[in-house]
Formats: sequence, structure tokens, C-alpha cells
Amino acid sequence: MDLRLIGAASTDEERRAVQAAVPNAEIEIHSGRAVAGGHRARSLRHLLLPALTAVQSEIGWISPGAIDEISRRLDVPPAEIYSVATFYALLTTEKRPTRVAHVCDDTACRATGGERVLEAFEGRDDVLASPCLGQCDFGSAAFVQRAGDRDVVIAPADPGAVEAALEGEDPPERGPAIPKRSIDLLDRIGKVDPSSLDSYQEHGGYAALERALEMGPDAVIGEVATSGLRGRGGAAFPTGLKWKGVAESESDIRYLVCNADESEPGTFKDRTIMEGDPFAVIESMTIAGFATGAEKGYLYIRGEYPGAADALQQSIDRATEARLLGEDILGEGITFDIEIRRGQGAYICGEETALFNSIEGYRGEPRQKPPFPTQAGLFGKPTVVNNVETLINVPDIVLLGGAAFARTGTADSTGTRLFCVSGVVHRPGVYEVEFGATLRELLDMAGGVPDGLVAVLLGGAAGSFIGADMLDLPLTFEDTRAAGLSLGSGVVVAYDDAADMRSVVRRIARFFRDESCGQCVPCRVGTVRMEEALARNLTGGLPLETGLIDDIDRAMKDASICGLGHTAASAVQSAIKMGLI
Amino acid sequence: MWGSNARAAHPIFFHHVLKGIHKGARMYCVDPRRSETAQWADVWLGIDVGTDIALANGMARVIIEQGLANTDFIEHATSDFEAYRDSVQEWTLERASAETGVPPELIEEMAIRYAKAPTAQICWTLGITEHHNGTDNVLALINLALLTGHVGRYGSGLVPIRGQNNVQGGGDMGALPNKLPGFQDVENPEHLAKFEAAYGVDLNPKRGWHLTQMFEAMEAGKLRALYVIGENPAQSEADVAVTRRALEGLDFLVVQDMFLTKTASLADVVFPAAADWCESDGTVTSSERRVQLVRKALEPPGEARTDTEILHLMARRLGFDWGMPTPEQIWDECRSLSPPHAGMSYERLEQLGGIQWPCYDESHPGEQFLHSRLWSEDVGRRAQFTPVAHALPADVLSPEYPYRLTTGRQLDSYNTGVQSGGYSSPRRPGGVLELSPTDADHLDVSDDDVVRVSSRRGSLDVPVRISSDLRAGLMFLPIHFPDDVDVNVLTIDAWDQKSGTADFKATAVRVEKL
Repeated sequence: MDLRLIGAASTDEERRAVQAAVPNAEIEIHSGRAVAGGHRARSLRHLLLPALTAVQSEIGWISPGAIDEISRRLDVPPAEIYSVATFYALLTTEKRPTRVAHVCDDTACRATGGERVLEAFEGRDDVLASPCLGQCDFGSAAFVQRAGDRDVVIAPADPGAVEAALEGEDPPERGPAIPKRSIDLLDRIGKVDPSSLDSYQEHGGYAALERALEMGPDAVIGEVATSGLRGRGGAAFPTGLKWKGVAESESDIRYLVCNADESEPGTFKDRTIMEGDPFAVIESMTIAGFATGAEKGYLYIRGEYPGAADALQQSIDRATEARLLGEDILGEGITFDIEIRRGQGAYICGEETALFNSIEGYRGEPRQKPPFPTQAGLFGKPTVVNNVETLINVPDIVLLGGAAFARTGTADSTGTRLFCVSGVVHRPGVYEVEFGATLRELLDMAGGVPDGLVAVLLGGAAGSFIGADMLDLPLTFEDTRAAGLSLGSGVVVAYDDAADMRSVVRRIARFFRDESCGQCVPCRVGTVRMEEALARNLTGGLPLETGLIDDIDRAMKDASICGLGHTAASAVQSAIKMGLI
Repeated sequence: MWGSNARAAHPIFFHHVLKGIHKGARMYCVDPRRSETAQWADVWLGIDVGTDIALANGMARVIIEQGLANTDFIEHATSDFEAYRDSVQEWTLERASAETGVPPELIEEMAIRYAKAPTAQICWTLGITEHHNGTDNVLALINLALLTGHVGRYGSGLVPIRGQNNVQGGGDMGALPNKLPGFQDVENPEHLAKFEAAYGVDLNPKRGWHLTQMFEAMEAGKLRALYVIGENPAQSEADVAVTRRALEGLDFLVVQDMFLTKTASLADVVFPAAADWCESDGTVTSSERRVQLVRKALEPPGEARTDTEILHLMARRLGFDWGMPTPEQIWDECRSLSPPHAGMSYERLEQLGGIQWPCYDESHPGEQFLHSRLWSEDVGRRAQFTPVAHALPADVLSPEYPYRLTTGRQLDSYNTGVQSGGYSSPRRPGGVLELSPTDADHLDVSDDDVVRVSSRRGSLDVPVRISSDLRAGLMFLPIHFPDDVDVNVLTIDAWDQKSGTADFKATAVRVEKL
């Protein structure tokens, strides 16, 4: 297209970084007399985020020169590149120190004072406050971006370790986190060598894929439907129905997307799975691709999970070598490939249609539904989107049969559920429990109901605070729904009377203000007004404007495009009801 | 898109092109410059200025050789195919490539894609017509459409894009030296008689001069008085120094215009005219032959009058009192004389949001495709293939004038700038000579350096801007800023004997750093 370039020069390093991310420039220039490009050039738009990520990761910021270089190679206007670059928290278009630490000061860390790590760095331009980094089982965390070097996670984080990483030292290697309780899904973690395909196969890996190929796609979908499996990402949609919709679509191209953009504050279960049993994710995606007729799967992993991304890339490479991915899988003529895409710090990209836009190279703004992803999803094609936890149920369903699977749990909530337990419990971590267990039982497993328990945040920032009077609530889809609550992504954060609940609630409001994509007015304005109202009360000492917050809540629920706006006031409202603020 | 920078010159039309592109349509662009339009293309072919026929004939040979010609259509609806086939035989890919300068494989690709596409259009503008052989250029494109059957049906066609909302209407209404309204011929006694009967006067049975001939007549002293309506030839004509001399040498010059243009400032009498698009009622006819109503929204300022008022007042002073008919009454008279407009009452135009001619009676819906008859059983007059020969531009390159200068338009300026020069725009590059980095090196100039550009007819001084959209040897000047950059002192007035259009697009120049 007729690009209006900024006119800034790029450096050799920037050009190399862009070229590495966009290997085949699709614009052919014939000695200044002819150019072939057009649709071919613009078909690479989906490489925009990888190109920006490459520059950020190599150089430490995205300069006007780098934007021009990307613009030329992808045939995308600089203004659009700028709009995408500035959408993501981990990308910056302003020059800044080459090493930057993002220190968590979010909801779960605040239960145990983890946010105080940040106080040691006041006034520093290379340390930034960060939303939840998904390391809540460690009580504090930092994510350090290092230009030209590996990004690293430090958890638990203390000021000394963060400083060392900022000076270029690598933090000590940390093995995968071990789940505190496993019935089934997490059995291999801790026993299996996550880097070894052989080890995975010795522990029962790939038996389910073989079985699935014998059964055929329809039978696999049938078993998944019979199992009653529901999505674990938060919306609890029946997985079999979703798969069936895509499998039966007319389109010749279908996609599978595994949503590993685990960004709900307090959530770390998918990280635990991906770091500890990465081949299970690959095998599950392969079965799902086979069943639904998708030949291409995208695995969208949040940028703050370098360990999970490394583990999965390695697993994909190994599985491809072993012909468990690619063309003619297991000699059965089935084709399936997986490509990893990295988020760059945007909670909203966990929303499925925002995730599509992110992969396609646009701002991660949710789309209007309908059409639903099963009709027109990624690149406009029928698409299955499943959360990591949802998918790793699939091998068991294939091996056990849907009916046997459905015997676990309750009638409406079949199977087991992973809970991310953190805060003031003795043993924070991931717990696998059968659906039907109560919150009290879960806390007991984690070392007992904490003394001085004030509140539990159930479901994450988009969930609700509940009090000790709710401890006997069975943690099922149906019971929580009846109580006006949601299991969300399985977040359970316990707060005792030492926690500053007012600052926790304020942090949740700030979280939504920061993470609103800004596309639709109720959410863009509502999240800001809600935080301002809390600030007037919590900092300004004025009476709490509950009427105003009710109005904002209703407007966001009624008129926002996506779930972010619908749930942005949920935790704040529950805190008000409980008298926490 | 062939010889058209519609992205800049026809931005509204190009929005529709972009919609097609976003929905997957492939666009090939033929233009010596890698223009804004070319940058949207799937393939851009940067041919040498004036080699369009070589390219078209080369494509035709590929299409015929590869058996992609639409033989059914050719047999059914065309004539003289054999002569055409023979005429393109010499245009092998190698020769077409050597003559045009673009790679043979891309010529072949464009030919095959065009022939095989279920629907395909060739759109062109002044890059095709403003040549000394502009008519032949157009015929070369028509031949391609006939060869492939891409004409007269939905989604396919030949699309000359007009420069204004009513260029088509001007021609339709007989503002041509050999035509009466509705394309009736001045030199056809039957046609003439109909108008003489209606008007009650004898009409001149001989065709008049077209614009270029008029200026030649002025130079020869044969044309002594001129009435100019809504045109600014003192700045828009090729080899403008000659034009100005001719205008200044007239006994009497009348100019009727919305603005006091350069031409108006030379006039003995100026009639201030109302703006047609908002200060008068009437009709306009767009590129797609759609006649639409224009409604008056404002009173003209000061002494300005609508064109019809001025003409009728003139007539009265000349001794003919025609009264003061309304635009609708004038239109109804036109309908009574021009069969293709007969069915277009104001009421129907209003109701249907415009009608495409021909529309022979009030039950006729208008024709969406002018040449749809070529596909019907009764073809009528067959569409004729016209062999055309390639001819290089008249202004030849030489060691003394080694650079090829071409002219064109920018997005936010309009023609000679009479209407657009009055406001500023952040996106207006202004009057600069664009040249390639190689030529800039060779001339030792950088952006904003002033150079002297000279042709065999004149010279001007202009700042340069280096542009990678031009290849070495090719330079570009916009036409919009005649007060600063009087581009037409350079251009050649060699003109197409068939259309009367001058060669604005191919000038041989020398450039010196100042």
C-alpha cells in the first residue's frame, strides 16, 4: 500500500531482528522496474506481533526506525504498527533501560505482603509495578526483560535477586512447580522429565492419540460430548458442543487455538502444567485438531511465561522430529502443526476473540459476537479455542471413555478441577480436586482454614470476595452460579486480618482500568470512574459512592462488548457488600 | 489500473477499488512510476513512458499463443480478429520486455491472469490518453477486452475514469466540435435537420475545431474571438507559452468562471459564474453514464449567475429572446432531441436516484452495461478489433535532453490549483521535481536543492525531491502549481490527430543544478 513512513533510519541490529521474525519478505523488487507484492505482502500481517516482540527482545525498545522497517516488510502503515505496539505492556516505543524488572504488586501477592518488594525500588526507571505474573504460589514475583538476552522470572522475589537480574545475572534454575495434590491430570508432573519425549511416553504419553486415531474424529467428539467436559477458562461452555460446531462447519480450513494466556490475577495452573508436563499439552492439542479437522494449532502463551514457552517449543520440536506432529502423524495421513505465539502483556488477550486479533497482528480488542469463533474465528475461519486445563482432560476422556469420565464430579460439573490456592495458606499451590469438594475442604488440604481469615477471593479479579460464612460452598459450576459467584479460572486467594483489604480492592480497580482495551465506552470510562470513586473514598476519605458504583457496574454489564467489562465491578461490589471497604 | 494514479487522482473511486482488494481482488498496475496506486498492486509494471501498446500487444500474443482467447465471444460479437492476430505476432515476450523495460515473466503473468479471470476490468486515465497516440493506446486496451470477452457483462469491462463529476455529461450534451446532444453527428444531414427543425434556425453543417485546432487557428490568425466557459487554458495547455501568446493576441476574449483564473485575467469581459454543484439546479452525468439531479443549496454570491442564466442573457443581448427557462425545461428539450436521454424525466431521476443512459422511454430502466448487446443473440454492430502500431513519444530523448519527464497529480490538489490552491494541506508535497536517487547522485543534488529543468521549448527552476518510486532516467512534476512551477512551458504540443489531446506525459528534458 502507499505507506507513509516515519522517515527514520533503522540500525543493523533492528533490521536483523525484524528479518529473523519475518523470514520471507513477500515483496519482490525487479530492478526498480516492477514490484510483486500486494496481497502476498499483506498476508504476513499476522507476523506483526512476532516482529515487534523480536525487536523489543533484541533492542529493548521499538524505535521509529524499527517501525519503518517492519512497515516496509509487512506492508502495514506505521500508524497501525504504533497502535499495536502501544497496546501491549511489555512493548515500548520509548527508549528505556535495556533491562527492566516488572515486579508484581497484584492481588494475590498483597495477601502476604509480596507487593513490598517494589518499595525497595522507588524512583527507579528500570523497575515497574506489574499486574499478576502467575507466580502466586511463591508469594512474590518479578519478570525481568533483558534486551539481547533471555527474559527471566524471579519467584519468590526479593530486592537482591531482582537487582542481580537487572545487572545481568541469571537467577538460579528452578524446576517445575509440583502440584500439591493430584488425582489424575497432574500425575506426571514431578515424575516425568518435561524435556524428554521418551519419558513422557514411558508415563503413558501418546497412548490417547493412538487410541483417538483408531476411534476416528466423530467418536472422539462423541466421547468428549458424553463426558460433559466444560471449559475451564471461565465461561464453562460444553467442550463437545464447541468441537462439534467446528467439525461440522463447511469450511475447508479450521483452526485450533490453545489459550495459554493465563492472566487472571491469582491463576497459575496452566503454567504448572506447561512447565511440568508440556507434552501433555501437545498431545491434547493434536487430538483436538484431529477430532475437529483442524490442521493448524496456535498455542498462545503469555509473554511473562518464558519457562513455559521454552518447554513447549522444545516439546513441539521433539514431537515433530518423532512425526507426532507435522504431516502424516503416526503414519495415519493426519496433518497437524502447532505454532507458539507469545502475548506481550495484555490481560484482554485471554478473551478468545481478542486473542484472534492479537494473533492476526491487530490490537487485541475483542470482537462482537456473533459470529462465534466456531463460525468465524481466527482468520475468519471456524475455530476451536480451549484453555490448557480443558484440553488436558481430553486424553483421559479418550482412554477412559466419556461415560466413565462423567462419573467423577457432579452431574453438571464432571471430572476434576484445578484450583490455584494462594494467600495466607500454609501450602500454596495447585490442587486437583473432584468437583463437589467445598471451599473448606480445599483450604484444609492447603493446611487448614487460616486463622483470622477475612475473605477469600474466588475466581480472580473478575470473581468475588466471599467470607468465612461461605466456606461450605461446593466448588461446582452449578453451586457457585446459584450463589451468584463464578469459579472463573479456579482462583482461591485467602486473606487474613493482616492484609490491607482496602489496597487490595483498589488494586483490582486499577487492574481493570489498566487492562480495559478501550474499545467500548462503558468499560473504558467505567473502569476509570470506578477507580476514581474508590480513590475518593480510600485516599480522600469521602463517603463511598455506592450508588455511583452501582450505576457504573450496570452500564458495564449491560453495554460492554466482552466479559472484561461485564465482570470489572464484580470483586469491588462483593467487597462493598462484605464491608471490606 | 493502466496509466492511472487513482489513489491520488480519483480517491473516491479508489475507495471502491480498495473494497475489492480487501475482498481479494488482484490488482495489476501499469505506470512508469511506482505511484500510490501501484503500491497497492499485486504486481506493478514500471514500463517506459509511451510503450503501452508494446505491452498490450505483447499480452495479446501470450493470450492467443496459450489458447486463452475467448474464441466463442470473438466469433459471436467481433470482427477483424485475423488482422489483429497477425498484427501482434511480432510482439514476442522478449520484444515486449525489451521495448517496455519490464520483466517478461510479469508480462506473461498479467496476460494469463487477465485472460483467465472470471471477471476483469481495465481502468485507465490520462496515462493512456494524454499521448500523441492516445487513441491508439485506448484501442490497444479495447482489443484486449475483446480478445478475452471482458466487456459488457457484470464485473468485467473497460473503465475510462473521468476527471470530474460531469466530464461525461459535457460530451453527452454535444460539447464536442462534431457532435450534437446524444452523440448525433453534426455532419449527418438527418441528425442536423432534426435540430434545425426544433430550434427553428439553420445550423452550421460542418464540424468545428477542437481545442488544439482552435489554438492553431489563433496562432494562424484565423480565430479572433474566444468565449471560454469553466476552463483555464492559460495554465492547463501543453506548451503554455504558445497558448498565452495566442490568447493575448485575440481581438476579444470572454471568460465565464467561478474564479478569476489566469485565463480570466487576460479577458476583455469576465462573467462571474455560480458554482454548478451547489448554486444551481441541473443534472450531471458520471463515468458510468448515470445522469443524476443536482439541487441548488445556496444563492450565488454577488453578481454571479448560473451558466444557463448567463447564456440566456447573452442570447437576449444578441437579439434572441429565449425567455428564462428552468433547468427542467431545458432538460426536457434535450430529452425530446436526444434518444438516449428520452426516458429520463426529472421525476424518474429523483425517484431512481439517477439513470444510466441509454434510456429510450419512460418505461426503460436504463442500461447497466453499455455493451451487453455483445452477449445477446442479436449482436447488432460487431465490435471491431483495430490493429495498432507502437510508436515512441514525439519528444525524443537525446544526449542534450536525456531525461524523460512525465506529469501528473497529487491527492489534495486539483488541476491547475484554481480551486485547491486557496487552502493549505499537510499532505501536499507541492511543486517539486521528483527524481530517482541515482539521478540525484549523478546531478549531485539533494532534497530541496533547486535545479533548472529545460525542454526543447522552455525551462523552469524548481526544487527537487528524491523519490525511490522513480527509476533512473524518469522524473515527475505535478501540474497543480502553475504559478510556481509552470510545468507546461516544458511540455510538447504534439497532439493526437484522432482525439486532439496533447502529449503531457512524455517530455524530454535536461536538468542542471543551480
